[in-house]
Amino acid sequence: MTTVEQVYQKHRPEAFEAKRKPSSFEVWSWFFMRISGVLLLFLVLIHLFIMHLVGSGVERVDFAFVARRWDSVGWKTFDWLMLFLALLHGTNGLRIVIDDYLRKPPLRTAVKALLYTLTVVLMIMGTAVIVTFDPTVGA
Amino acid sequence: MDVRLRIQRFNPEQDDGPHFEDYTIDAEPMDRLLDCLHKVKAYEDSSLAVRRSCGHGICGSDAVLINGVNALACKVLVKDVKQPITIEPIRGLPLIKDLVVDMDPFFQGYLEVKPWLIVDPVAKEPERERLQSQEERERFDDTTKCILCAACTTSCPIFWSDGGYVGPAAIVNAHRFIFDSRDEGARERLEILSSKNGAFKCRTAFNCTAACPRGIQVTKAIQEVKQAALFGSF
Repeated sequence: MTTVEQVYQKHRPEAFEAKRKPSSFEVWSWFFMRISGVLLLFLVLIHLFIMHLVGSGVERVDFAFVARRWDSVGWKTFDWLMLFLALLHGTNGLRIVIDDYLRKPPLRTAVKALLYTLTVVLMIMGTAVIVTFDPTVGA
Repeated sequence: MDVRLRIQRFNPEQDDGPHFEDYTIDAEPMDRLLDCLHKVKAYEDSSLAVRRSCGHGICGSDAVLINGVNALACKVLVKDVKQPITIEPIRGLPLIKDLVVDMDPFFQGYLEVKPWLIVDPVAKEPERERLQSQEERERFDDTTKCILCAACTTSCPIFWSDGGYVGPAAIVNAHRFIFDSRDEGARERLEILSSKNGAFKCRTAFNCTAACPRGIQVTKAIQEVKQAALFGSF
């Protein structure tokens, strides 16, 4: 009995030469975008509400305000989670845009390298600010 | 009535690149665009290259870009499109001549998802038919309608920018087997579609769903394949 596969193998052998590297990275990056998107919707809205709408809004945000806020581990975690998710969500989005629009492999690699470097630097800087913040400096 | 057509022409032996030519032919409002193309070929310019086989929306040979929208020339009526009717070859595939493109990259993507029944190779040949309930058949009914005309894949902006993408048609045909209770190759196919340039390259532009002459919910099928790859549910 001849199978469909055998017919294709005979008449279109080139179709069987293509080898794709098995990887589930795209699956999880896609899933991460959905989850982080939903979480960010809440995190950013809460952030905007507290920083810009409550009281006299952004006018009242000064060192003392930040010091009071970051006295709590909860708000530090909140802000760091927002930093982590927003940075990775944005980086992953840009990675996809770069994959779609930059067609020359060397340029694509260069721009991606720049993007990843920037992400790592921003992540380290932001994390350092939150972790090492000292409310007594200004006092 | 007079029907004005603007057809993209390209003769690789003479032209540097594609250009448009205008034709006015006599046709009825209920004529199909394929009839118009036949008239141009028969009475105006016999060198016009058009691909068609059955002429009744089943073989999938005559997908073209009609007024900027992918469709089968044999399923669009003159009365339903604005004149002058612009007819171009489908995009994203190498142009051969006039309205004829090289379909090889399209079928390459199709064959990569192994569009045939995969069963346990150790098992002997079956002694009876592979039975399936109506519900099990219903699960993938929509994706069995594909006629491989390439209207979806060549309307996809991701396929235009990166020909390495397997394209919506390939994913639709993978869906047809992944959700078939008789097939055992789902994991194999999902592994191929999880890799780079697989189903996750889809950005849900919905051009494919709009273009499908068979009314297949292409984007929905792609999303179901993504879910199956993520949760292993099939």
